Amino acid sequence: MGFETQNALLRIALSMGTVRIMNMITTRGLARTFRSKSGAVNAVRGVDIDVAVGEIVGFLGPNGAGKTTTLRMLTTLIDPTAGDATVAGHDLRTDPVGVRRSIGYVAQGHSTERAAQVREELLDQAAFYGIDPREGAKRADELIEAFELGSFQNKVIKELSGGQRRRVEVSLGMVHSPKLVFLDEPTTGLDPQSRANLWDHVRALREQHGSTVFITTHYLEEADALCDRVLILDDGQIIASGTPDELKRGIGGDLITVEVDGDRDAARDVIAAAVEGATIETPEGGRALRITIANGDSQLPIILRALDAAGMTVATVQLARPSLDDVFLKLTGKSLRDEN
Amino acid sequence: MKVIHDTLIVYRRQIRHSLRQPAWLVFALVQPVFYLVLFGPLLEQVANTPGFPEGNAWSVFVPGLLVQLGIFGTLFAGFGLIEQLRDGIIDRMRVSPMSRVAILMGNVLRDATVLIVQATILTVLAIPFGLNLTWQALVGGLIAVILLAISFASISYAIAMVAKDEEPLVGVLNLFSPPLLLLSGILLPMTLAPQWLQYVSDANPVKHVVDGLRQLFYGELWNSTVGWGLFAVTLMAVVCVAGATRTFQRENP
Repeated sequence: MGFETQNALLRIALSMGTVRIMNMITTRGLARTFRSKSGAVNAVRGVDIDVAVGEIVGFLGPNGAGKTTTLRMLTTLIDPTAGDATVAGHDLRTDPVGVRRSIGYVAQGHSTERAAQVREELLDQAAFYGIDPREGAKRADELIEAFELGSFQNKVIKELSGGQRRRVEVSLGMVHSPKLVFLDEPTTGLDPQSRANLWDHVRALREQHGSTVFITTHYLEEADALCDRVLILDDGQIIASGTPDELKRGIGGDLITVEVDGDRDAARDVIAAAVEGATIETPEGGRALRITIANGDSQLPIILRALDAAGMTVATVQLARPSLDDVFLKLTGKSLRDEN
Repeated sequence: MKVIHDTLIVYRRQIRHSLRQPAWLVFALVQPVFYLVLFGPLLEQVANTPGFPEGNAWSVFVPGLLVQLGIFGTLFAGFGLIEQLRDGIIDRMRVSPMSRVAILMGNVLRDATVLIVQATILTVLAIPFGLNLTWQALVGGLIAVILLAISFASISYAIAMVAKDEEPLVGVLNLFSPPLLLLSGILLPMTLAPQWLQYVSDANPVKHVVDGLRQLFYGELWNSTVGWGLFAVTLMAVVCVAGATRTFQRENP
């Protein structure tokens, strides 16, 4: 079948309503205003979000940016004050129960009962979703295996380590095999090893079950390592979106840091003459020069040769690709890390 | 029905957690046992005072203690809900399609169950002190305690659901519980009170529950006082559960 024919057929199918190209999440102008004594607080100021089936999308922003508020709206925990949303094919306002059946949600902070045993929590969670006990037991055992909970499945929650408890909480969100999973800062407070371990589990969700994952984080490494696409949220608004690479490319270059023994201003002139399009800064209180330049990897040897030819001794050299933190800094003038 | 199915799930879960921490089940009993041991004997003399109701001191005092247990054993149940709110457990339930009312009722019925056990222990402990326990007294006492537990646990959960914090809950409960206690004739019968105080206490449904229960402990099976007591406690349970249900539905759309 030719491309033209395929397209024509698709158009007919679409017009007949037999095929729908569905987003897993679509929001338009979704907003939430909280009333407090000091007046109205616009926690989320009208966000448009589109998440396709099977994507892992990161929601990145400092604390207080409105990430959790947005997530709580999308998971039916709070009502939006404006805007519309369709989540997993169900309208957020008219069919919240339909949304609840289709999504898994792992809240920020804890969501397990300290006095409960791990396996009991999984069985109860299955019961909350109306899964019959036999099927629930089967699901619990599958998740105990998938999330490697076996060695502590009969321990009470309060005896677990932070990483173990978090794994239990993520596994609880999967009991009913949801096609869409919301994870609110799933790795906050975990050591790097537990964090990497949890990332593997999140990737497996998509690979093995085709789940769509919407994850909030203020860890750049997390967004980088895990997400197909990142939405950057600041002050209740989405200020940028794209793949991590696209966002970094948008920043306009790599960062080369050179430390020289000798006159920094002279070194600056040498570099400016040697390469084109470089922005050179000399931060106070050091001997470093910060050079922002496109294609830093191929420009670096030129810079070093020029400094050498001018008789300057280079003490240290660093080449850094821009991080998402740099992206954030450029977009907002704020560092994502300082906020934490 | 879904709400009943979900209520049983929450009930089973809460009972399991309560059994895992048996210490506080005993702690809740400590206070009424102190009253029984350290205050009850005082009444043996007072029982001869004109105006003291019929029956020996213990058949007057134990019904009061049971009602006190029913109220104060559950009035602070909201703290448990706040802990569940804070631990994210209520949100986890709210994101699931389960019934919101089931979250309330599962917890309320757990509290009522705990109260049955405590009330039975307390009543039996009173026997060596001189209580002449009959079956109708035991059954009547348990029915009263269950319905009181349902009433006051519901109120406590509803306040906790709105306040979401311990301090307002403590404030509200401290404001309302002393008059409720003092105007019910739990410690000393209201028949000893001056006329105006008796009129005020007549407006307190708990007072009628205590009066009805005292009749059962005295040996009556059915009379108008017992009837009024049953009516008062049933009405309280219906009103409190209805109010708490509405609150839960409003707070958890």
